Amino acid sequence: MPTFVYMIRCDGCGQCVDICPSDIMHIDRTYRRAYNIEPNFCWECYSCVKACPEHAIDVRGYADFAPLGHSVRVLREEEKGTISWKIKFRDGREKNFVSPIRTTPWGSIPSPAELARPSTEAMQSQELAHEPDALNIDKLPALTPRKVKQGVV
Amino acid sequence: MGWFSGRKTVYVDSDVLVVGGGMAGCGATYESRHWGRDLKVVCVEKANIERSGAVAQGLYAINCYMGMQWDENQPEDHVRYARNDLMGLVREDLGYDMARHVDSSVHMFEKWGLPMMRDPETGRYQREGKWQIMIHGESYKPIVAEAARKAASEVYNRIMVTHLLMDEAKPNRVAGAVGFNVRSGDFYVFRAKAVIVCAGGASHIYKPRSVGEGMGRTWYAPWSSASAYGLPILAGAKMTQMENRIVLARFKDGYGPVGAYFLHLKTYTQNGYGEEYESKWYEHTKALVGDYIDRHPVPTCLRNHAFLQELKAGRGPIRMVTTEAFQDPHKETVGWENFLGMTIGQAVVWASQNIDPKHTNPELITSEPYVMGSHATCSGAWASGPSDCAPADYQWGYNRMMTIEGLFGAGDTIGGSAHKFSSGSFTEGRIAAKAAVNYVNDLKNEKLRISEKQYEDLKKTIFQPLENYQVGRNEIVAGTVSPSYILPINGLQRLEKIMDEYTGGINTDYMTNKPLLTRGLELLGMLKEDLDHLAAEDLHQLQRAWELHHRVLASESVARHTLFPRWPGYYYRGDYPKLDDANWHCFTLSRYDRQSGEWEMEKIPVHHIID
Repeated sequence: MPTFVYMIRCDGCGQCVDICPSDIMHIDRTYRRAYNIEPNFCWECYSCVKACPEHAIDVRGYADFAPLGHSVRVLREEEKGTISWKIKFRDGREKNFVSPIRTTPWGSIPSPAELARPSTEAMQSQELAHEPDALNIDKLPALTPRKVKQGVV
Repeated sequence: MGWFSGRKTVYVDSDVLVVGGGMAGCGATYESRHWGRDLKVVCVEKANIERSGAVAQGLYAINCYMGMQWDENQPEDHVRYARNDLMGLVREDLGYDMARHVDSSVHMFEKWGLPMMRDPETGRYQREGKWQIMIHGESYKPIVAEAARKAASEVYNRIMVTHLLMDEAKPNRVAGAVGFNVRSGDFYVFRAKAVIVCAGGASHIYKPRSVGEGMGRTWYAPWSSASAYGLPILAGAKMTQMENRIVLARFKDGYGPVGAYFLHLKTYTQNGYGEEYESKWYEHTKALVGDYIDRHPVPTCLRNHAFLQELKAGRGPIRMVTTEAFQDPHKETVGWENFLGMTIGQAVVWASQNIDPKHTNPELITSEPYVMGSHATCSGAWASGPSDCAPADYQWGYNRMMTIEGLFGAGDTIGGSAHKFSSGSFTEGRIAAKAAVNYVNDLKNEKLRISEKQYEDLKKTIFQPLENYQVGRNEIVAGTVSPSYILPINGLQRLEKIMDEYTGGINTDYMTNKPLLTRGLELLGMLKEDLDHLAAEDLHQLQRAWELHHRVLASESVARHTLFPRWPGYYYRGDYPKLDDANWHCFTLSRYDRQSGEWEMEKIPVHHIID
């Protein structure tokens, strides 16, 4: 279902424009507010809905197969580390779900450049960054040349 | 000419250039920094890496995890699994290499903050199936993007890369890429010693089942515009298995995933009359493909085959029986969160049509075909394998280097290595990056030579659709119909119609043959000529124009490779109804010559390195 923007809630901040993977959220030049310029290239990924600080963006199911009267609303709270969903059916039934989104503080991932510099020997090995430790096994598996079948089947 | 002289050109020089910032691109960016501490690592993305690529929406499962720490699976087991699903044709060296590293990627994700589900009894990651683990992955992409941003020297968002640059001092060597900023319209020249293409596979090359507002609800993201193939094909890289498009049995209209439903919730399918149907088609399928139907698990394309036969026999719709499993509140929650975490549109379809799977068994459907290298199919560039286990035929240089020097790839871009999914694509990006850093280090101070003419010519080509529009627009009063140009959406819909009707789309129940393919290729040839007359009203439409170019090149490759008759359930050749392993147990390779427009095709033997 493509997104649309409520006129009275949007303040034209452009966060949806920045995040949309499909480049279809643009600012209307007359109203200075965002809108979906190309609904048939909308994947309903909700990236813009989640990013909107004013909760101005909602979704109405694709007209070619979704009857009216439904809604799927979302609240993504980065500080709390949760995402909450409210699903409303056409006949009025509701379902609610909450899930975690992250277990560490935002911005806490270190650059690999902050970690120990790899040795020259490691450059030539088959190991990737942080291996073998990050594999949680003793060493990186390998097929010895003896084990490699060269036959054509 | 005002359209070109006033346009700013921005030059960006780097050692390693990562094209595309999805899962593979983020892996490549991270790993390039780890091994290339003093190198300049640049990642360029047409959207915003925070939410780009196929994982933009999130994922509820990681579909490729060995669990070697608990001795759950070994890399060899994964090769056997992928080989079985692809009826024998995989690059086992590439698959093994990805599988032996993938656990370390997943452990990094967890350390970075991705919430993993755990089995309350064993404390291990919660398995969905033998290879899949369950996650709360709404922020999977933002987390991985944070790691890539920390690692990169620079990330350029909103730049559509249109072409690769070639070195003029050394034949067949890449030297960078060009593109444009979809906001400012600036022309970008990225000069780089090594390029890793991590762009997306192809949605919207076949007519989708929903063609109105809902055409955006393709199974694979509408922004997966085949740049994974368009970029290397035009540069002359060899491609493999482009015929191996994927058709997916999914929940109807929303294309919600079925993996967790089958594997974890233990739901099952039945026909419109409540009957089991797969076993009915056993003898029929066996006559078509031999003992591949006896394999466990049954190859995906053959399960599709039974689904399609049952529909054609008039016993649809096929439904997923959810009403039993969903009586368990935990399973009901898993079923819904599965969609909310990765295919929200399916939740919308069900809400709008009052489908509560606790009380109604939802319909399934087979999708239009897609072309990709990371899911259960393996279309993509032909790449050199790992030095310690790749057979000699598959090894000519650095790991994951294509048949062009300095040009690497990962994820959807690399062919022959199916079942990578998100974690495997990230891992393959890491593998390619380490090799690319070694390539750059080995080059020492060798200088690239790119003439001004090369990128000035490309600049003119890239912005031509803007001029086509401005000039042609004056010819007509108003509207979208012009005798001089076509808009990107016109070209896209023509492409989808040709591919659908001639190369085995939904309209023909995935059936084609040599005369149809030949006619399709003629029409694709005319479409290619018409691409010179694409018109773009603004920079957004210019992006659509170049996405279309990439889609058309990929489609032509798909049509050429489909002359290879092998994949019942993904496509059918009326002139080769049976699987012919005597002649076609091989890899098909193609190479496009951009000067002549000719395609060279060849067969390469399949080497099995795992028992």
